[in-house]
Amino acid sequence: MSSLLEIRDLKVNYGGIEALKGVSFDVNEGEIVTLIGANGAGKSTTLRAIMSVVSPASGTVSYEGKDITHAATHDIVQRGIVLVPEGRRVFPNLTVLENLRIGAYLREDKDAIEHDIEHVYSLFPRLNERHWQQAGTLSGGEQQMLAVGRALMAKPRVIMMDEPSLGLAPLVVKDIFSIIRRINDDGVTVLLIEQNANAALKIADRGYVLQTGSVTMTGTGMELLNDDSIKEAYLGKK
Amino acid sequence: MKKLSKGNIITIALIIAIYALVFVLEKVIDPNSMLFIVLKKGAIYALVAVSMNLLNGFTGLFSLGQAGFMLIGAYTYAIFTIPVEYRDAVYQYFDGGIVQFSIPVIPALILAGLAAALFAFLIGLPVLRLKSDYLAIATLGFAEIIRAFFQWDALGPVTNGSNLLRKFPTFDSTLFPFTVAGICILLIVLLINSSYGRAFKAIRDDEIAAEAMGINLFKHKEMSFVISSFFAGVGGALLAMFQTTVQAMAFKSAMTYEILLIVVIGGIGSVTGSVLASFLFIACSEWWLRFLDAETYIGSFKVPLLRAGFRKVIFSIIIMAVVLFYRQGIMGDRELNFDRMLKKRQKFIEKTQREGK
Repeated sequence: MSSLLEIRDLKVNYGGIEALKGVSFDVNEGEIVTLIGANGAGKSTTLRAIMSVVSPASGTVSYEGKDITHAATHDIVQRGIVLVPEGRRVFPNLTVLENLRIGAYLREDKDAIEHDIEHVYSLFPRLNERHWQQAGTLSGGEQQMLAVGRALMAKPRVIMMDEPSLGLAPLVVKDIFSIIRRINDDGVTVLLIEQNANAALKIADRGYVLQTGSVTMTGTGMELLNDDSIKEAYLGKK
Repeated sequence: MKKLSKGNIITIALIIAIYALVFVLEKVIDPNSMLFIVLKKGAIYALVAVSMNLLNGFTGLFSLGQAGFMLIGAYTYAIFTIPVEYRDAVYQYFDGGIVQFSIPVIPALILAGLAAALFAFLIGLPVLRLKSDYLAIATLGFAEIIRAFFQWDALGPVTNGSNLLRKFPTFDSTLFPFTVAGICILLIVLLINSSYGRAFKAIRDDEIAAEAMGINLFKHKEMSFVISSFFAGVGGALLAMFQTTVQAMAFKSAMTYEILLIVVIGGIGSVTGSVLASFLFIACSEWWLRFLDAETYIGSFKVPLLRAGFRKVIFSIIIMAVVLFYRQGIMGDRELNFDRMLKKRQKFIEKTQREGK
């Protein structure tokens, strides 16, 4: 089975510093794949390189068997890969509804957009209650929901999430993770980046461990969760 | 077609009423009165301020090139409308110039906008890759260069060098600038409320997120810049008609600052704010605060401080006060919205009824 998203030997330099030293991994259709790793391991850089927000020094990104390494960002979104950026990054002065509509910016199917807005509201009833409010006035958890909802409006095949649990209360984090599962059940492939390795590995089909710019370990979510060295490094258990 | 809300109907009625009022006033009051000068210039500045707001307030691009684009618009309009029989007199040092035809007013206004837009397109290619302050400096520099360029002797056969352009068609009725500016502002409002407008606002709020949502940053910035400059060009042409003569000298960076001031006082990101502020600003600078520039005597007592230039001092103080205490301007980023007012009124009535019981 060929994978939906295939990253091969990806290298990214920031100035003289090698942020990624040749990262390779695969994401298969319908999976939840997680990249875990400490600060500065290159997790966010990997996502940025996939979205072409930074351009890699070498290596390839292919999607559905086609090379998209140097495609324009809007082109990549159009093909069905969308990013939920780190730190939520909703548009603070636009209303919740406007934020959602921006998510569907590249789509032309007007009726389906209206239908998908309803779908997002059914996933996040809070967004419906607050659809007229400026996104900047929402709480952190609500903003994260909006960021996820906005990404779903692009009708992606692959949704990439950069630290969706960052800075949120434990209960909200739980909500977010159950939503990620639900999105995945609806058939969307998920590539999840987390520092909260425990929660991420629990819902992930497969995981990759990233350390200072390279993949050091890979396995199913359960395997990694039970691995002693992972426990020690990321889960805080001896 | 969506059904118009009650608030929208009130807005349309109000706009029609304003136009009707201007029409009636012109019949009643002396057409040379200060009032009409303020209304004419106010309408022109309103158009330019709204076009600047599209860029600065709605797309988040801090550009200071407005005077430059107005200059291009003004010159384009003048060059192509001076009647052929006057060209020898106007271009007296350049053998009547090389343009030996003229086109009607409305096409010339559109051409003025297009010329400004073309320049904006070319300038935008390198400049819009810059951000915030750097963009402001680059656009300001462009406006200054354009001003010098149009006065260059070698271009004399086209631009008349540093001499005046005159004798082109102008307007008498205040309704002319009102109509042209009104149509242009309406077009800008429609753009702002379209999905393009939403993309502009997304770029303003967060470029990185906008890019991640698939908005092509450069394409949309360029679009906003070109459209804004188009309307600045039309505004410049109207200003030429208002002044009846054109000279590149007049389009100094001070003009851009005036417009920026209007945008800030009106509220960055508010079209109605820009319109209100521009009439207010023009009325103050041309009319209501003129007395500050005149030496005044009460009996034999000379009022201190009042002399030529004092108006500018007062203006500076007003600007400082606005920036310090009233940062949002008159309207903030809100619009005059009758739907919201009606809702508030409804709530107020319900509340008083409940308390009355």
